[in-house]
Amino acid sequence: MAGIGERSRGARAARAAGGVAARTMSIVLLLILWEALVRSGAVTPFQLPSLVRVVERVGIDAASGELFYNAGLTLYRALAGFAIAGVAGVALGMLIFKSAVARWFFDPIISAGFPMPKVAFLPIIILWFGVYDMPKITMIVIDAIFPVVTATVLGFSGVDRQLIWSARNMGAREPELLWQIMLPAALPQILTGLQVALPVALIIAIATEMLMGGRGLGGAMLEASRMADSPGAFAGLVEMTVLGYAAIKAMALVRRRLLQWHQETQRPSGV
Amino acid sequence: MTRALNRYLPLLLLALLWEAATRAGLISKLALPPISEVFIAWFDLLREGDLFANGWSSLYRAGLGLLLAVVVGAAAGIFMAWFRPVNILVGPLIEIFYPLPKSALIPVIAFWLGFGDGSKVLLIFLGCMLPVTIGAFNGARSSEQVLLWSARGMGAGRLRMLWDVVVPSALPELLGGIRTALALSFVLLVTSELISSQKGFGHMIGVLGSGGIYDAMFAVVLTVALLGFIADRLFLRLMRRMLRWQE
Repeated sequence: MAGIGERSRGARAARAAGGVAARTMSIVLLLILWEALVRSGAVTPFQLPSLVRVVERVGIDAASGELFYNAGLTLYRALAGFAIAGVAGVALGMLIFKSAVARWFFDPIISAGFPMPKVAFLPIIILWFGVYDMPKITMIVIDAIFPVVTATVLGFSGVDRQLIWSARNMGAREPELLWQIMLPAALPQILTGLQVALPVALIIAIATEMLMGGRGLGGAMLEASRMADSPGAFAGLVEMTVLGYAAIKAMALVRRRLLQWHQETQRPSGV
Repeated sequence: MTRALNRYLPLLLLALLWEAATRAGLISKLALPPISEVFIAWFDLLREGDLFANGWSSLYRAGLGLLLAVVVGAAAGIFMAWFRPVNILVGPLIEIFYPLPKSALIPVIAFWLGFGDGSKVLLIFLGCMLPVTIGAFNGARSSEQVLLWSARGMGAGRLRMLWDVVVPSALPELLGGIRTALALSFVLLVTSELISSQKGFGHMIGVLGSGGIYDAMFAVVLTVALLGFIADRLFLRLMRRMLRWQE
């Protein structure tokens, strides 16, 4: 038994190593292509600065602390908006699920508001809340709340009837039923909604920073663009790619931790 | 008709509340012009042709960018599922660039194409391509082996199988990806036009806002929001029609 376990563990490790190798290969290829394109002279250094210069620039930003300040600010805005949208979205979703009046009132607002390009409302939000953190976070909440609400309603509506009946039979009262039975059962759906909302929060954080100027990664990038500082703008793009990637991976990790009891986690993941 | 009216009654109530609150002076007209004045401003914009001229260039940019994204993205996704080497090579790149906040591409694209039509089309193309690719990939990958085997058994060539089996089974998820891309195209369009543009809805909103002509600004904002909503509903209808064979 031990031998089999070890072998399969070894095979898994080998496969994982192979996956990592393949993954790094294509990224290395992309970077080589980038540098080759610059060296060949097909594009001007202004259109695509050399990789070395961009990495240098990221290093300079990091050494001066500018990178951490800007990234921290962007992340703070995105996460603050995301957190508010998460809590309010789940609460609103539960309310819509429980109350017929709430459903009647909010359903058309949600279904009409979800596909709207809410960023168009930004000038109005600026008019009301000024140009600092408040309008940015408000805008993020407005955009990120929709997927959370719809996912929560869907999750609660999809809870297995038998589960509810047996809980009732065993004497669960309404609040217990809601918090201890239905919320965990709806959690996978809710987390999916949050996983949609997180990239939305980041997109809007960057967009609002660009539109209003000031500090933060988006503001710094737009500033670089206005000054025709192309290594600065590309450095910003690299920094944001890393930030976005880290945020998505962290969210996936949270999902796995929260759903440890769920069959989804026990199943070996496909991708 | 009555059902739709009933369904959207809360929105009508909100509009009435908006009108009443501003008329009664509960909210300053500077912060929120009454909805009736917004309507009047909207008709003025329509009559003077501003809305059509700017709207046309916005829709052209979004439409062209989205069309390119759908064609290239769908082809890329299906080929990734069909040929393993493509998947190994392209998969990791998609994984890395998918979480990139798409709005971050705006300043970089400005270095390539400036601030005209081309830059918006490229932005929407690049930003919207990934959701389409991922939808097509997931859909094509899920095509049932049994179907593929029986197609092969009946003597279908590889290309024939791709077209008759893989593409139809990829359709539901592909269309879902396109729907995401459609919503994203509006967001990217408005953002990039607000940042810098000579025409388009975003440009209008910016100019009217900084000129303090808020009733007209609200009119344009609501037009864009409404267009996003209508586009989504029309696409949903198309999607249902295209997937009717499923049931």
